[in-house]
Amino acid sequence: MAAVGALVQLLLLLPAVLEAAAPGGTQRDTLREELLLSPLPAGDVAATFQFRTRWDADLQRGAVSHYRLFPKALGRLVAALGVRELHLALTQGFWRTQAWGQPPLQAPAGAELWVWFQPTVTDVDKAWKELSNILSGIFCASLNFIDSTNTVTPTASFKPLGLANGTDHHLLRYAVLPREVVCTENLTPWKKLLPCGSKAGLAVLLKAERLFHSSYHSQAVHIRPICRDASCLAVSWELRQTLTVVFDTFSSGQGKKDWSLFRMFSRTLTDACPLASQSKVYVDISPKNKEKDLLEVTPPPTSIHEAIVQGDKRTYAVYDLLSPSLFNTSRSLNVQLKWKRPQDSSELPTPVLHAQRYVSGYGLQTGEISTLIYNTHPYRAFPVILLETVPWYLRLYVHTLTIITKGKENKPSYIHYQPAQDRRRPHLLEMLIQLPANSVTKITIQFERALLKWTEYTPDPNHGFYVGSSVLSALVPSVIAMKDVDVEQSPLFTSLFPSSDGSSYFVRLYTEPLLVNLPTPDFSMPYNVICLTCTVVAVCYGSFYNLLTRTFHVEEPSRGGLAKRLANIIRQFRGVPPL
Amino acid sequence: RSAQFQLAVPVAVVFAPGSVPADLPRPLPFRDAQETDISVNLRTSVTSRYEVTYRGTTAREEAALDAATARDADVALHMLQDAPLGSLTMYVVPETSSLLPQGISVYVGKHRSALVRAEGGLAALRARLRQLTQVMSFTAASIAAALSDRVPDGQLGPDARRHLKSSLGYEITFSLLNPDPKSHAVEWDIEDAVNRYVQPVLDKLSLVANFSVDSQILYYAVLGVTPRFDKESSSFLLSAHSLPHVINPVEARLGSSAASLYPVLNFLLYVPERSHSPLYIQDKDGATVSTNAFHSPRWGGIMVYNVEAPASPQVSLPLRVDVDMVRVMEVFLAQLRLLFGLSREELPPEFLLESPGNEGLADWELDRLLWAHTVENIATVSTTLTSLAQLLDKIGNIVIKDDVASEVYQAVSSAQSAMAELSAGHLHSAFQASKEAVTSSERAFFDPSLLHLLYFPDDQKFAIYIPLFLPMAVPILLSLAKIVREARQRKKLPTKID
Repeated sequence: MAAVGALVQLLLLLPAVLEAAAPGGTQRDTLREELLLSPLPAGDVAATFQFRTRWDADLQRGAVSHYRLFPKALGRLVAALGVRELHLALTQGFWRTQAWGQPPLQAPAGAELWVWFQPTVTDVDKAWKELSNILSGIFCASLNFIDSTNTVTPTASFKPLGLANGTDHHLLRYAVLPREVVCTENLTPWKKLLPCGSKAGLAVLLKAERLFHSSYHSQAVHIRPICRDASCLAVSWELRQTLTVVFDTFSSGQGKKDWSLFRMFSRTLTDACPLASQSKVYVDISPKNKEKDLLEVTPPPTSIHEAIVQGDKRTYAVYDLLSPSLFNTSRSLNVQLKWKRPQDSSELPTPVLHAQRYVSGYGLQTGEISTLIYNTHPYRAFPVILLETVPWYLRLYVHTLTIITKGKENKPSYIHYQPAQDRRRPHLLEMLIQLPANSVTKITIQFERALLKWTEYTPDPNHGFYVGSSVLSALVPSVIAMKDVDVEQSPLFTSLFPSSDGSSYFVRLYTEPLLVNLPTPDFSMPYNVICLTCTVVAVCYGSFYNLLTRTFHVEEPSRGGLAKRLANIIRQFRGVPPL
Repeated sequence: RSAQFQLAVPVAVVFAPGSVPADLPRPLPFRDAQETDISVNLRTSVTSRYEVTYRGTTAREEAALDAATARDADVALHMLQDAPLGSLTMYVVPETSSLLPQGISVYVGKHRSALVRAEGGLAALRARLRQLTQVMSFTAASIAAALSDRVPDGQLGPDARRHLKSSLGYEITFSLLNPDPKSHAVEWDIEDAVNRYVQPVLDKLSLVANFSVDSQILYYAVLGVTPRFDKESSSFLLSAHSLPHVINPVEARLGSSAASLYPVLNFLLYVPERSHSPLYIQDKDGATVSTNAFHSPRWGGIMVYNVEAPASPQVSLPLRVDVDMVRVMEVFLAQLRLLFGLSREELPPEFLLESPGNEGLADWELDRLLWAHTVENIATVSTTLTSLAQLLDKIGNIVIKDDVASEVYQAVSSAQSAMAELSAGHLHSAFQASKEAVTSSERAFFDPSLLHLLYFPDDQKFAIYIPLFLPMAVPILLSLAKIVREARQRKKLPTKID
């Protein structure tokens, strides 16, 4: 058995050795860059950048130390800590699924990190701690606040997105920091990881002052191993850097929904990144309500791409920055979109799956978390995995967990609950819930608010404490049958999540983060008490001191005090002899 | 912070037949020891002790010395001896020996031995041997450079602070900077070059520290200085005084070593933009530097690699450039030696040093490095422990955990054993002990429980209790003032009565 294993390993190694021996003529890493512009139903515009570096080398064997397009900082991290898959997202704002439709890539507000480690890693918790510390240094984010109190190990929700043989969930760690504020200092190191930086290619549009002047900003890094070719005998590593931003063009454009690249980013595109093997801009021009030619894009696109994305047939205008004809007429590309007719945005197409979450109850002792999950599919029921992580200071009462669909109790087919331990680990609740067609499922659970120690309060505790978004993962049945797509050929925005079969597509949604008030003490009280007590003690001490040290002696009344003199004056008036 | 080092160097002086000076005090073999003091500062003194054994050659050594050239003799002698680290063997050959070339009286081999021509009397020979010993082990300057933290400013030469600090490991990063990927598609076969040129040197140095090598290519990374166009040579020039400003903007892109704590050595190969090439570095006198490279002390080196302009202007861009790695690695290896303080010093013309060959480093050069690093390590340990002690003095109620305490004990005992081994002349074990001492002392010093911010400072405690102390102090002070007043009056009154 061992001999066979060794042989297989040898066979696996062989192509790598052969390739390493070949002179550096063939590039073993490729870069693809892509920008997807999609007008959202409510009038906003979502821009999704994807930069994908694929490297035909095995980072894990440790022999690789010569980097070209793949950033060295991340490569070393993956190799040193035994990371198999890494997904980090930093997000500001919340993707409104109800108004904006299904997101291409959603991330919860704040920072989200989930990592699969290699089976060779012995101490996963130590590697996780080290990894989050290093990442916090690389991305200037407060990821170093990830510790055991906000880390969970989900059993069903986060499957590896890349190549994996064996999904032992003990190798998975997941953490969300909902309080994290994302800004320029996180964007700059993210841009630095791009081979072209922000000097050329699509990345010139990434101007911080415009990107953060938006309704939603989410930047992410995904590292995963993928198959090198169809036979999948060797492993390649893929780094995807994605950035999604939603601009509110409707309110900034005087009620018009027209937009252009320059209006959104205050820059235009002049060239592709010279290192990229593909550089494309996709504009979603799908006809809505069967009405064609509602909108017009200028300049004319180089080609039209049709695809089925998230169960919907979409049409995209494609601008290939590497095609020489594009920059023939003008030196820069400024994609513009004009609506020919003002359309009424009253009827928004509702996405098949969306969710809402809120906290209810009154007072500072108990409360209730309610989650509403909508399935708007007209005739298909489908299951959804709900992952809920709640910090330990909200003590969940599991016996109050109720799941109600259409007035009846809905029994989940799978429940994994890990109770919290005070100051050690959070609650983890995972459920597989069947959503009937055209239904709303309400999940409620009650909690009690714990009292914290006075050092455990965050700065500004009266702002409240965040509870991270809950995660919904589902295979949503598609109305239109989808074709199997080749990852290398299809646009990047369709290829992050592996599609299972033609009849359904994978969706991961995040609900709103919650803000919960905890009973907060008056933090100046200790000092007030000290002051008051000290004053009392000091006054007592002073009088005692006086009593003990003063010498008292009886004084002979000489001419009398003020009272006596006053009495004498009055007596004088009255004509009575003085005292 | 006071430290007395005693460094013992075992030296064997072997006289070939016919080279024994006439005025030898005793018949061979005999032992002798010489001591010299190197003063570093008032509290640190270094005593070097050369324990010299004088003996005649054995029959096999005699046979080895019969070789045709000095190099052959060196190889043959190396087979015979099993010299431990730090020890030296010097063979004195007769004045008429043809082993050494004309005009050369000292030949230093690749290993730990040297050939010396017997010239003049015993006194002249002794002086020469002494000079040779210092070249092959340590000099006052190299020890002072190792202890540069303790030497007062102004007493050190300009080169003394160039050396890298002693560390348990180093990371070497080769970066290719291509600021203009549109016109240059630069390729370098760094993997092969590292295996061929750098790895042998690092294998040899692996005794000193752990090394890791990696490389990266950075695009659109520009220097911080715009070069000046020189009309005469139609080239661009970077003057020496602008070089300090070159590194900073590049440094931001290099990426720090987030995954390790070892110091990083950066070697940058800069291919200038098409609009700025050719680019040459100018030294202080205005002449162009022949290697087109410069190094920055304790940081690394930068080399500018010019791409020849294509013959015809209608060449399709980008231009494919294959870097000549031999030329580049020559420069980088020389810089690496400089950064480790292995540059060969100016020697009298009668000294001949064997080139170290492919390994890039002779055995005795390794010894030199080990001497300096051992001394530096011990000095670092003493500094670390002293500042730890100062911290403990400052915060009285600091908690020392058992593991921290054991690390401190370990550091002290390792440092003491390193000193003992040094004075016994066992360089290798001394170096190992000094490394252990550094590890333990750093672990103790950087223990998270010893952060002084964790402890509430006493002055702030006082501030909190001011509401108590202040009102209580008022009556005390008032009565004190009253006592003083009364005492003064009592003193005055009797004089009035008198």
